Amino acid sequence: MSGFLEQYGGEIGILTLEHLWLTGAAMLWATAIAVPTGVWLTRRPRWAKPVIGVANVLQTIPSLAMFGFLLPLPWLGERAARVAIVALTAYALLPILRNTYAGIQGIDRSLIEVARALGLTGAQRFFKVELPLAASFILAGLRTATVTCVGIATIAAAVGAGGLGELIFRGVASIDNRLVLAGAIPAALLALGVDGALGLLERWFRVPTVQAAP
Amino acid sequence: MSAAIEFREVSFTLPQGRQLLARISLTVDEGTTTVVLGRSGSGKTTLLRTVNRMVDATCGTVLVGGEDVRRANLIRLRRRIGYVIQETGLFPHMTAERDVGLLLEAEGRPKEERLRRSHELLAAVGLDPGQFARRYPHQLSGGQRQRVGLARALAADPAVLLMDEPFGALDPLTRAEMQDMLRSLLQRLRMTVLLVTHDLDEALLLGDRIVLLEEGRVAAHLEPDAFLMSQEPAVTEYVRAFHRGEHKAAEERR
Repeated sequence: MSGFLEQYGGEIGILTLEHLWLTGAAMLWATAIAVPTGVWLTRRPRWAKPVIGVANVLQTIPSLAMFGFLLPLPWLGERAARVAIVALTAYALLPILRNTYAGIQGIDRSLIEVARALGLTGAQRFFKVELPLAASFILAGLRTATVTCVGIATIAAAVGAGGLGELIFRGVASIDNRLVLAGAIPAALLALGVDGALGLLERWFRVPTVQAAP
Repeated sequence: MSAAIEFREVSFTLPQGRQLLARISLTVDEGTTTVVLGRSGSGKTTLLRTVNRMVDATCGTVLVGGEDVRRANLIRLRRRIGYVIQETGLFPHMTAERDVGLLLEAEGRPKEERLRRSHELLAAVGLDPGQFARRYPHQLSGGQRQRVGLARALAADPAVLLMDEPFGALDPLTRAEMQDMLRSLLQRLRMTVLLVTHDLDEALLLGDRIVLLEEGRVAAHLEPDAFLMSQEPAVTEYVRAFHRGEHKAAEERR
């Protein structure tokens, strides 16, 4: 065992970092796209169904097929990491988009009314009232998306994008369970760690609700 | 006395065609409290909301301080009108001191000024800032929350205060306390208040004038003692309905 770690320890470390980079970059992109879109949808609810529908369809594409579809595309296909990041971004969109939309839509209407009546501007209403009240909801979507992506990123190795999937694929090909585990265990720990950390953040932002007047 | 709020032939019709306000003309003098009474659906909340343009009158004009509200800058108009609603008006993610000072925060005033002002206002509505300033709404009782809501409405020194069933969700004892507090506060501040309620006692206690709305029309606009004496059928009906319990108990005593 110690011999195995000696041989592969360095590689596991590098692949873990690669895995984190793929997932992290995808999450940044997905957040940058899905949060503003979700907010925009709350202003144009008519569009909510079709837009969320598209994200939903993206989600249903099998990951291996998605990587396969993207690979032949110009520019994107030149670097496997690009393919991986775009695919992971597509998977992360739905949970973030849906939770952003639902989180803001779910805010007690009377609070929005009060914010308007107080004379807050649109931007102030958004940053001081809507965003903080929806924050834990949005973070919950981010958490689901991240955990999913940490898992799906292992498939990215199939197109040569690196990450912990590489050990798994190599292990499967050479029928070496130790290699499979060397990829799977860090990936699982990564998922658990991210889940825990974002869960804490989500709880931090959770807003206590007021009970009916006693 | 000049008019702080003036309604000129104000009508409001829902898109589906139902008329909630029918050519209401009414004047609220500066520094006085006018209570709008009426049953549910009589249009009293809608009337109140035309003042800060939470709804726009379909016809007619509303003037605040002589200025047509529709010509005024909406944000500035709302900032000089205090607004208190029944329950749930406090932001659950804000402490009392932040909520009270929110408007000053929105205007970019420095933090010390905001805190000083909100502590001053919390004290004015009977809440010890040392004890309550850092509390969130869920850490306050219904009456305390309503006090914070009132303090917030006063933060920007508004010319006009609109109150929509402010004490509707409170038990009778807490409500009485709140009414007393509000009464002494209003006497001190000499503000112009438009208060909506269906509680006759509240109207008699707080109002300099009482307006009775019935199906979107002004059925009466009187001073409290004249209101009680009025032979106007809509008024006598309302007064009688309010005291039914007392009458029944009195009859049983006989």
